[in-house]
Amino acid sequence: MTDILRIDGLKTRFFTDNGQVNAVEDLDVRIEDGEVFGIVGESGSGKSVMALSIIDLIEQPGRITDGEIWFRAPDIADELVETDAVDGDYVDLRAMSPEQRGLLRGSRFSMIFQDPMSSFNPSITVGEQIAEAVEAQRRARSNPRSLDAKSQHYGLTDYLLGGVLSSKRYVSEPSLDRAIELLELVGIPDPAERAEEYPHEYSGGMLQRAMIAQALAGEPDVLIADEPTTALDVTIQAQVLDLLAELQTETGMTILLITHNLGVVARMCDRVGVMYAGEIVERGTLGDVFDNPVHPYTQGLLGSIPDLQGVAERLQPIEGNVPSLLDHEMPDRCYFADRCPKAMEECLEHPPELAVNDRGQHATRCYLAETEYTAAKALPTDYFGATEAPAEADTAPEEPTATDGGDHQ
Amino acid sequence: MSDVHQPLVKVDGLEKYFWENDSLLDRLLGEDPIAVRAVDGVSFDIREGETLGLVGESGCGKSTTGETLLRLQEPTGGAVEFEGNNVYDLEGKDLTAFRREAQVVFQDPFSSLDPRMTIGRIVQQPLDVHEVGSKAERRERVRDLLERVGLAAEHADRYPHEFSGGQRQRIGIARALALEPEFIVLDEPTSALDVSVQAQVLNLLDDLQADFGLTYLLISHDLSVIRHVCDRVAVMYLGEIVEIGPSEEIFGEPKHPYTKALLESVPRASTDERDRERETISGDVPSPRDPPSGCRFRTRCPEVIPPDDLEIDQSEYRAIMTLRQRVEQRAISLETVGDEDRRVDDDGEFVVENVDAFVADVKAQILETTLPPREDEAVTEALAPLAEENWDTAAERLEERYGSVCERANPDLGGGTHPAACHLVSAPGDSRSDG
Repeated sequence: MTDILRIDGLKTRFFTDNGQVNAVEDLDVRIEDGEVFGIVGESGSGKSVMALSIIDLIEQPGRITDGEIWFRAPDIADELVETDAVDGDYVDLRAMSPEQRGLLRGSRFSMIFQDPMSSFNPSITVGEQIAEAVEAQRRARSNPRSLDAKSQHYGLTDYLLGGVLSSKRYVSEPSLDRAIELLELVGIPDPAERAEEYPHEYSGGMLQRAMIAQALAGEPDVLIADEPTTALDVTIQAQVLDLLAELQTETGMTILLITHNLGVVARMCDRVGVMYAGEIVERGTLGDVFDNPVHPYTQGLLGSIPDLQGVAERLQPIEGNVPSLLDHEMPDRCYFADRCPKAMEECLEHPPELAVNDRGQHATRCYLAETEYTAAKALPTDYFGATEAPAEADTAPEEPTATDGGDHQ
Repeated sequence: MSDVHQPLVKVDGLEKYFWENDSLLDRLLGEDPIAVRAVDGVSFDIREGETLGLVGESGCGKSTTGETLLRLQEPTGGAVEFEGNNVYDLEGKDLTAFRREAQVVFQDPFSSLDPRMTIGRIVQQPLDVHEVGSKAERRERVRDLLERVGLAAEHADRYPHEFSGGQRQRIGIARALALEPEFIVLDEPTSALDVSVQAQVLNLLDDLQADFGLTYLLISHDLSVIRHVCDRVAVMYLGEIVEIGPSEEIFGEPKHPYTKALLESVPRASTDERDRERETISGDVPSPRDPPSGCRFRTRCPEVIPPDDLEIDQSEYRAIMTLRQRVEQRAISLETVGDEDRRVDDDGEFVVENVDAFVADVKAQILETTLPPREDEAVTEALAPLAEENWDTAAERLEERYGSVCERANPDLGGGTHPAACHLVSAPGDSRSDG
């Protein structure tokens, strides 16, 4: 399998009044063509910021400060051959001009957001909004080199006339027809009628389907789905996941699925990266990460979900809270050490990514990949100062070795 | 402690309707108010010391049930008995006493705490309102409570924004515990929290129940949380309870097709998940403004019951029932079915020249399966009036042949320890007619 996306050393920071927030910290990912790659993590772990960094939608006060995002696009690589932005078939999105990068959005990447209700314009019909995306792609394709390709042959006069004359409107008949086709593709019943309705007339599940339709308008190579089912009920979530899986099989597109729901990851993904404090702390195939987790955070995450089948045993939560990510509060040690039941002396130095086995897929940012945990090397329990939750600390086992993060296996 | 047979909370036929188009202007214009039946006649008991789970999808009325039974909202009908007294008849001192005994923890820890009060004052407020103890005693009690829920007593002078989501939920729990209640309604207490923090809060709730002998009503959409915490579970759909019973039975042997579908839909966090065959239900939850006749789940039910004299595959019957709903709701764009140019004449009027081809197009677009010849013929004949935009005749013809017991009668929940409101469970004879 060839990689479609290679992210090297990505750093995205937010410069806020409280200080610099390292939302994404030195992140490396390789995503293969045609796979479903899952990014899982808790809120504030940087997973959404990573996705927004890829499609270049980071807003002030945020900025990508370092790193390279290589995207496989032989045709674009041919055009840009003289510049630094090309390496074989790959182009570096960060080295391209903003205009060129803008052209990739929609046609090469597109994104589905979490909340369908707030992602649509409430004053335009759903059909027209999808048709707009189709139209933008159609215009861009008709002359890809032009910098303002998306609005080609559409000036201010057209816009003003469009209010009166339907023939002058941005969205053309063929685009509207295509929008209806797309709505049908994502399983909206009676698409011709529903295309003329406004977002408030749709249910949450239907609107999420419509958003998927819009994302598919440019036939993208990579679909980034940021918590696509979090706002939906379970029965609707099941429908939407089935739809995504179906579309992926049909079109062969690559999906980067971002979620906090481990069940959704298990259902959909080939490979998984677990994010914590802006880093991928463990990565591998689904089996590697779910059946043989090495990082205590991954173990803790799996141990803290109540089991639908199992008997009611006590849950094994991860103590403490997610770190603030403020630069001056992030010490140069393993970011998880203060919550980790197996914190050792080594952990006071920031761990590099270490391979767990020789097969090369499974890797983790934890010294436990190479060393065994022994009580002798353990840090004293109150090493990181008295944290909150003293009541929980009382009930914590005296011997740290007893907590291995749960009995999920 | 009361004896086992006497439940702590007894909900009997509780109804809560909200009225739309009910303003003075609407009345003057002569518009009829529309009832939104959020809770439509639910009955259940909560026994002392147990945790009853109330589970369902958004909009099914579970939170309204919780709020109404605490009398945070006045009911439209029905009664709730708490320790033998009807909650809605209470006045004055008795009502104040009830408010002390029954507390609530809300879903969103970010909007349920006053941002301008210190958390000490937030937790102390119930004590002030009910004038418990002296000032010094109240302060001492607040410190105890904060420590009990896993915060430090020194935190009392801080403001809510200084705490994380999980910590704020602990503050909400401390506030609910302040008056030493017997009964707490937990309305989605962990749905705004991350999984690792959720586990902390669930463990805390578990400990508190054991220490203080609390009774919980846990409202949640998360089935794994319900499974983990609850002794008994009630499943709600569109304002009604469709199944209620002990946790192991609901999760082990669900009876109602809705409960089954709900359980099937939850993705499991294990590597077997990808290969798990599951049957998902199609469609959306209908509007509570105009709920379906008979069994409310029938519009999505994969096991909807065909008439006795009809020999048909279940999946084919389901497809026909979906077609019927589309015809009854007139939700088929006749002008654009198949080849659209054929359907509109020069004046823009809808005209069908070839009825057979038109009906074939409608079937091709709406029906998800191919029917056996006999049924195909019947459906074709029934759909023919659509060519003249005669929806009612088409709907009647379809109903005549395919009408189900599920649409004629609303099944009763029935009695016993694990009843389910479904015609497949109860014999159709003892169901009430929907009229």
